Amino acid sequence: MKIVFNGADLDTDIPDLAALVTDMGLDPSSLVIEHNFNVVKHDCWAHIPIQDGDVVELLNFVGGG
Amino acid sequence: MEDRLILGDQSFSSRLLTGTGKFASKDLIAPMLEASGSELITVALRRVDPKARAQDNILAKILDSVTLLPNTSGARTAREAVRIARISRAAGCGDFIKIEVITDMQFLLPDNHQTLEATNILAKEGFIVLPDVMPDITIARQLHDAGASAVMPLGSPIGSNQGLEMAAMIQRIIDTSRLPVIVDAGIGRPSQAACAMEMGADGVLVNTAIATAQDTALAGQAFALAVKAGRMAYISKLGDQSATARDSSPLTGFLRG
Repeated sequence: MKIVFNGADLDTDIPDLAALVTDMGLDPSSLVIEHNFNVVKHDCWAHIPIQDGDVVELLNFVGGG
Repeated sequence: MEDRLILGDQSFSSRLLTGTGKFASKDLIAPMLEASGSELITVALRRVDPKARAQDNILAKILDSVTLLPNTSGARTAREAVRIARISRAAGCGDFIKIEVITDMQFLLPDNHQTLEATNILAKEGFIVLPDVMPDITIARQLHDAGASAVMPLGSPIGSNQGLEMAAMIQRIIDTSRLPVIVDAGIGRPSQAACAMEMGADGVLVNTAIATAQDTALAGQAFALAVKAGRMAYISKLGDQSATARDSSPLTGFLRG
């Protein structure tokens, strides 16, 4: 299936948001996920399936002024 | 003397706001916060680069006692700023938001029109909105009417350390605005922060000058002292200026001849 991930097209068969983070080898504690323009809390990631056409933003807070 | 900075429904004893950008190491942030006593600190929201494995969780470096002030840096429209604000709040960063909408990429000067639009929306949603603007008394009034909790005129371009290039315009805002005035951007030295406070500003936000100092904790402390000194000077209502000399000693009763 095709999704839009962080603004770019991505072909993936990853089942859910938790798996997406695990697959990328990222530390989930610092991440924010916006799924189809809704922020999803950490404990819900495993329950949100990724479907064709989804828009996923993987974000974190960084230094800024 | 109880003299607190009131922003929205919260109050702060420190009038020095700080930023987290440009520190050589994120580990320098906590010592800077302790040394400066700053109680509000900015963070930015960005997409994660999955190829950059080492993520640095900036939130873990900020003391629990310090209030987060997420900014909307990078936004070029009100809509983008609103989206960042909503994400930040949903992610647990609280109700504060510093609106930064910039469409001019050469000088990084804020777009007052887009900023006002974002403020209108976010204030209605219960955010404590601190908008970063070009110094202008009309925008300050409009931001008040839109429900902003402060107005943040820039001293000079972001990160420039040029100080209070816009001093005259900032003074007009201080003299007319019903909102707290926090000078943001461009302050490069403690003396400039003190000057802003002497002018009657309610606070200053300093990032680059502290973060790029060789001793960031000491710089934070220096700015904190300057902000306090400037505030005390303002409250003390210092004597007026004179075009001519005015003798400090009595002119009568002098022992002559």
